[in-house]
Amino acid sequence: MVENTLGRVLIGKYSDLPERLGKTAFVGKEEIALFKLANGKVRAIKNRCPHKGGVLAEGMVSGEHVFCPMHDWKINVCDGQVQAPDHGCVKAYKVEVEENLVYIVI
Amino acid sequence: MLKRKLILIGNGMAGIRTIEEILKLDPDGFDITVFGSEPHPNYNRIQLSKVLQGDTTVADITLNDWNWYESNNIRLYPGESVINVDTKKQIVYTDKNREEPYDKLIIATGSNPFMLPLPGSDKQGVTAFRDIKDCETMLQYSKKYKKAAVIGGGLLGLEAARGLLNLGMKVDVIHINEYIMDRQLDREAGKLLQKELENQGMNFLLNKQTTEILGKKQVTGLRFKTGEKIAADLVVMAVGIKPNVALAEKSGIPVNRGIVVNDYMETDIPNIFAVGECAEHRGMVYGLVAPLYQQGEALAKRICSVYDEGYKGSVLSSQLKVSGVDVFSTGKIREDENTKAIKMLDDWNGIYKKIMIEQGKIIGAVLFGNTKEGNRLLNLIKNGANIEEYTESNQTEESGASLVAQMTDDEVVCGCNGVTKGNIVSAINNDGLTTVEQVKGCTNASRSCGSCKSLVADILEFTLGDKYSEDHKESICACTTLTRDEVVDEIREKHLTHTREVMNVLGWKNDDGCSKCRPALNYYLGMLNPTEYKDERESRFVNERLHANIQNNGTFSVIPRMYGGVTNADDLRKIADVADKYKVKMIKLTGGQRINLLGVQKQDLPSIWAELGMPSGHGYAKGLRTVKTCVGADFCRFGTQDSVGMGIELEKKFEGLNGPHKIKMAVSACPRNCAESGIKDVGVVGLDGVWELYVGGNAGTDLREGDLFVKVKTKAEVLEWTGAFLQYYRETANYLERTSVWVGRLGIDHVKEKLEDKGFRDELNKRMDITLATVQEPWSETLKDENLVKRLYETVNVPVASK
Ligand SMILES: Cc1cc2nc3c(=O)[nH]c(=O)nc-3n(C[C@H](O)[C@H](O)[C@H](O)COP(=O)(O)OP(=O)(O)OC[C@H]3O[C@@H](n4cnc5c(N)ncnc54)[C@H](O)[C@@H]3O)c2cc1C
Ligand code: SF4
Ligand code: FES
Repeated sequence: MVENTLGRVLIGKYSDLPERLGKTAFVGKEEIALFKLANGKVRAIKNRCPHKGGVLAEGMVSGEHVFCPMHDWKINVCDGQVQAPDHGCVKAYKVEVEENLVYIVI
Repeated sequence: MLKRKLILIGNGMAGIRTIEEILKLDPDGFDITVFGSEPHPNYNRIQLSKVLQGDTTVADITLNDWNWYESNNIRLYPGESVINVDTKKQIVYTDKNREEPYDKLIIATGSNPFMLPLPGSDKQGVTAFRDIKDCETMLQYSKKYKKAAVIGGGLLGLEAARGLLNLGMKVDVIHINEYIMDRQLDREAGKLLQKELENQGMNFLLNKQTTEILGKKQVTGLRFKTGEKIAADLVVMAVGIKPNVALAEKSGIPVNRGIVVNDYMETDIPNIFAVGECAEHRGMVYGLVAPLYQQGEALAKRICSVYDEGYKGSVLSSQLKVSGVDVFSTGKIREDENTKAIKMLDDWNGIYKKIMIEQGKIIGAVLFGNTKEGNRLLNLIKNGANIEEYTESNQTEESGASLVAQMTDDEVVCGCNGVTKGNIVSAINNDGLTTVEQVKGCTNASRSCGSCKSLVADILEFTLGDKYSEDHKESICACTTLTRDEVVDEIREKHLTHTREVMNVLGWKNDDGCSKCRPALNYYLGMLNPTEYKDERESRFVNERLHANIQNNGTFSVIPRMYGGVTNADDLRKIADVADKYKVKMIKLTGGQRINLLGVQKQDLPSIWAELGMPSGHGYAKGLRTVKTCVGADFCRFGTQDSVGMGIELEKKFEGLNGPHKIKMAVSACPRNCAESGIKDVGVVGLDGVWELYVGGNAGTDLREGDLFVKVKTKAEVLEWTGAFLQYYRETANYLERTSVWVGRLGIDHVKEKLEDKGFRDELNKRMDITLATVQEPWSETLKDENLVKRLYETVNVPVASK
């Protein structure tokens, strides 16, 4: 097994990610929501909504936003910013895709 | 640069509003600490009335949640009170032995409710109405006790009384004057209001002075000056508030009625400011949000050294938040020798209007029954307008839009949130808004007390012109201006087959839709074209995408189908084994008589289903959930029909059906109605030789008793009428509209009349059968498709060793 250290971690294959949906990834103790957007880009944010901790990976994905399944807050998956009229933000991670592999910088 | 230390005492509406303004002006200038006696983040105190009245919940009235403090680097000490300030050394001291130095200090400690110093006012069951705790006390009492007395017939007392009525208590309102709301209304309006509230079930005891609260430990009643007594298990005192100035007094900050401040909210002590209900400005102490927010703005500018004229005082207006009652009052309302008034009373429609004039200028107004003009009058008063300005414009046109046309851009529409007409118009134009809800979302106008809602609607109408028409043009979401019917018609006409196609062809503003339109379009497409449309998983809410019910902590729950609520030992054994093996957190019977396994991890769902080997119970679906049944003729001594058999048949026929919203059914075998058929979307009651069908019942948010729909003789007829009813609902309801609302909207007579036509019934049933033929059992479908399991249910696990 590859010994990962925090920094850049390999998450898996690009082709395994479902399109316009989220996927949950546990990296050590961090719980991360990965999204493959309609434009093919992959984005990663912390898997907890700043409102009441809803799991964002299960939200509906629309463009660059995800709607939290709990109370419908709208969150930008690129920068983690909660959209008005609500406010707050979630941690966003840098994602790198090389060949068919997806990495997160953590 | 070193940040200056700013401390706020009082985590309430005025204080936090000031902080918000400061953050806007100078986001990095201060190191901010907030102390708040209450254990909650900043919440909307105004909405407590609505919480009590059942229109919203405590959880939903938070204005700034914990995360807001964190993301703005604000240190918040909730549940901690400041007990002293050393104004020389510039240090505050708290009841948890904390000492914090400050460069600038804002005191925003609000008010305390005024408690009449009556004998017995310390008994259990006596409460004020000020904060979440009081609200909870009232909610708790209403569960155990029946009789409440509210002392004080002002705004707060009446709102509390309305809430207690909604909670099922009998309520007496005791008021010391001869008419209610005497601070805001004149006699005429007060009496009209009283009549209206009496019709709603309130009882008034006027001209009564309470002298004693009776009871041993717990209150049992009140005694009045006249010697009369009344019984009460709960006493709410709402007789006024007094500025909370104890801390200021103790710390040597000059206090009159409130903490004395100048136009910049500065106290006499350097670097100490006061804002909100605790502050006294030009001899005035305010008890409403709008002036406090204006003060907050002025104070923020002062603290951030932005030049401003300062705060000059406010013209007050007030409005009662009780549904079905429109009252508005502003400015001076008492007549005296200097005033003249224009009065209009329409006793028949219950409309009253009084406009007060002094030296030709409008100085006050009372409106009852129709409050549309309220905001305009308020603005005229603020601008010192002559009465002619009002009467002349009234002659030309009375419509809301013309009122709006006269407003200048900087006139405030939403006093609570300081939103001007200009803000709203530019949001409408720039973001293409078309509904009041959208304006609320974008600008915060009408987000607090809601009294400006009708004015916002007028501004929309005025700004959009012909594009706006208030009743029928409710678009399905902010991405489009089309209504549900227009969208459905276009899909039909243009043979659209995919959500994205709908959005492209119909010019959606947002290419990818939102969480409102996507599921709706997915449903409409499937409803219109059941055989060809391929359901779009990514446009479904998680529960229906994963076919399990998401819980608040991100785990799921599983409900296997159990037709008619009947099970057997084998199935129970299987369920028990699965529960053990997957360490299910709780096994719970649902309201629909099914077994719910709670606390399951997403990745375990497929194997649980495989091991259960049962079909999905759709306990989460926007579609048929369960058919609840009573014991019925086989076992019950009252039973006249086989309710269990009927229930099973209904459930087997309609299982897996998608609908605009969830659908619940029940079958009872006699009028005792043990399956609660009266509050179901379709409720069947068996009588001797007859089945009665009730429809449009609901036990949920809008409680509604089902309407008697039809009486039939045979089981086959029950299925036929149920099928036709459900299909008609599926075809004509808005997405997320329950049958209760839908039946209410169309009228039961309309639905009956349509479905009495046998030919139409048959057509509906034909379309229903085509739809039912396409239903797939989702759990077994998932298990067959490895790809689906991988895509939707797998999670990624990356072990890491930290550096
Ligand atoms: C039920 C109800 C309905 C209302 N409806 C309306 C309405 O429709 N329209 C309207 O305009 N207004 C309404 N009001 C009034 C409005 O809520 C108040 O005017 C407003 O909340 C006052 O804001 P504030 O910040 O001055 O005080 P508050 O919001 O009361 O905040 C003061 C805070 O300071 C804290 N505090 C006090 N002392 C200390 C201390 N020593 N240390 C730390 N913290 C301390 C308190 O716990 C409190 O949370 C209503 C009020 C109530 C109670
Ligand atoms: S509804 Fe009537 S028949 Fe059914 S269980 Fe109750 S009492 Fe018995
Ligand atoms: S938890 Fe995400 S919106 Fe409430």
